[in-house]
Amino acid sequence: MIQEAGITEQGDLVVNLGPQHPSTHGVLHLVITLNGETIKKVEPHLGYIHRSIEKMCESLSYRQFIYVTSRMDYLSSHINNHGCALCVEKGLQIEIPPRAKVIRVLMDELTRLASHQLWWGAMAMDVGALTPFFHAFRERETINDIMEETCGARLTMNYMVPGGVMADLHPNFQKRVKEFINFFRGKLGEYDELVTGNVIFKSRMKGVGYLSPESAVSYGCTGPTARGSGVSCDIRKLYPYEVYGQLQFEEVTATGGDCFARYMVRMQEMRQSLSIIEQLIDNIPEGEFQAKTKAVLKLPKGEFYSRVETARGEFGVYIISEGGTTPYRIKFRSPGFSNLSALDHMARGHKLGDLVAIMGTLDLVIPDIDR
Amino acid sequence: MDVSPQNTTGKPFPGEVHPTAGGGILVTKLDEVINWARSNSLWPLVFGTSCCAIEMMSTAAAKYDWSRFGFEVARATPRQADVIIIAGTIVNKMAPVLKRLYDQMADPKYVIAMGACATSGGPFFYNTYSVVKGADHVIPVDVYVAGCPPRPEALLHALITLQEKIRKGAS
Amino acid sequence: MNKEELKIRLETLLSSPSFEEGAEWTTVIIGPAEWEGVARQLRSGEGLDFDYLFCVTAVDWRTHFTMVYHLTSTVHRHMLVVKIKLDRERPEIQTVSDIWRTAEFHEREAYDLFGVVFTGHPDLRRLFMTDEWKGWPLRKDYEDPVNMIKL
Repeated sequence: MIQEAGITEQGDLVVNLGPQHPSTHGVLHLVITLNGETIKKVEPHLGYIHRSIEKMCESLSYRQFIYVTSRMDYLSSHINNHGCALCVEKGLQIEIPPRAKVIRVLMDELTRLASHQLWWGAMAMDVGALTPFFHAFRERETINDIMEETCGARLTMNYMVPGGVMADLHPNFQKRVKEFINFFRGKLGEYDELVTGNVIFKSRMKGVGYLSPESAVSYGCTGPTARGSGVSCDIRKLYPYEVYGQLQFEEVTATGGDCFARYMVRMQEMRQSLSIIEQLIDNIPEGEFQAKTKAVLKLPKGEFYSRVETARGEFGVYIISEGGTTPYRIKFRSPGFSNLSALDHMARGHKLGDLVAIMGTLDLVIPDIDR
Repeated sequence: MDVSPQNTTGKPFPGEVHPTAGGGILVTKLDEVINWARSNSLWPLVFGTSCCAIEMMSTAAAKYDWSRFGFEVARATPRQADVIIIAGTIVNKMAPVLKRLYDQMADPKYVIAMGACATSGGPFFYNTYSVVKGADHVIPVDVYVAGCPPRPEALLHALITLQEKIRKGAS
Repeated sequence: MNKEELKIRLETLLSSPSFEEGAEWTTVIIGPAEWEGVARQLRSGEGLDFDYLFCVTAVDWRTHFTMVYHLTSTVHRHMLVVKIKLDRERPEIQTVSDIWRTAEFHEREAYDLFGVVFTGHPDLRRLFMTDEWKGWPLRKDYEDPVNMIKL
């Protein structure tokens, strides 16, 4: 069943894309069966960054295993940590103080912005435009600096702990975030001029990679991949956690189902994130930033599942505990795993260049898939 | 492909030291000029497996620009690259791929192990069945960078260290 | 439907279901032989419409395996957890990849890491590990003195 590179009996060409290739998604190995330049079948081979995280977590305590999830989907590292902290808190049945909730949501939305910015730069680079890459990283550096002042790290910040957050906000945080919001709003208009309105970009994205709503649900796609086909699946709206239930924001869906629809969903999501940050930045309640918890956490016997909305889709943490200090079994339901399974369905009949555009709009992060 | 540790020198883990040719003591003027030219135009290979790849991309972007130091074009093919920056964890399935890429590069070639995972397995050292505990089990490494992930300034420091190493005559 | 209505509906659907108490969502435990019929009815049953399978987990309890399927419906927004107990010596269960397409990858992962065989799966082979890998890594009795360094 494993097709090596070469020519099949029917005269189709089999080529390898990856695992080392210039798209910045990670190590994904695709075995593509081509008829001329038209794709007949795409088969992903995974496991080139399988770091046995689930096995490793069975020997780490409940405070320790959270750092590993930062490294799974490293572009939404805060949101991953948030999901784990929520699951542990569900097991311990503790309430976190309101200040910690608001800080968590602020950090989540900033992370979502940073992730979408990098997605935009990398996707434009895949399609052939090199300039947006530098624009995106310039904006991302501002967010990284804001995070570094408060959390201490730029990329994998282990800031969310069971009970709240690890340290209080830096005094400069509010001022810098307000400056950033004003600066970035204007930039979004610039992005539209640079890329969205471009004739070449539109003709590469429109009509490419159609995913119907029934297929999206059947393949388990979540996040902007499914919302681009009209499926309403935002965890922040359906099963609100922290303070999302009290905020005014819209769930962005589109009806096209093609690459351009998914692109527009993410651009609009950036605007919604800006509006969420604006609503919260002046209303951070005073108080404690961490609830009192024991030094060594022990979850009671049972199972706990928590879900959060990362920049890629629904991230689920499923902990099965036997009452000890380490979990018995942890399963991470990663969004990229299910989004990738729809790639074959979307890419059939298109050309090789369209495959790169489709992968760009799926926004895959391979360590998230391989765990 | 056999990727188990080849303990040819009889020394225990961590890693073996490969002696570089020449000793670096006697260099002629021509060698100096050639080394200076080589060090100022190292082209990296696009090779990032996990989180460190994002910090490598930040180093390539506008704020911490690495093309000031000569790393102007990041080549996608190993045939045209001089230095491979191993950014990310190497797992058992990826090790033969890394070895093949290293073999395809033309001499003189250099390797930078970026981040804790490429140096020694990093946070994935204990209780993992699939992680290679350090990229130097697969290919010889010139410069190690600590950090998880290292800051872009740390990576720039590593690149400059590599440049100095080349100028001193190590191949 | 809320939890009680779902429970009543499931009792009419299944032969002798046992429900787990105290869980957050309705959890039903069935045997492996009835999984295929139950899955089809859950997918297309009137008022059930569980069209979104979002998590497939395999758990090794040392004496037996358990497969856990988390289901929800995008139409009615209710949740269900199905648990199936498997024999440890020969863990076999019918595939559901023709009902929910996402199960194709999830079942390959469960096969790769635990050794659970899914009968009827179109392409059951290892997903993460190399094809020549011996052993099922996530089982509790997995020993690997070459690669694993124990803390």
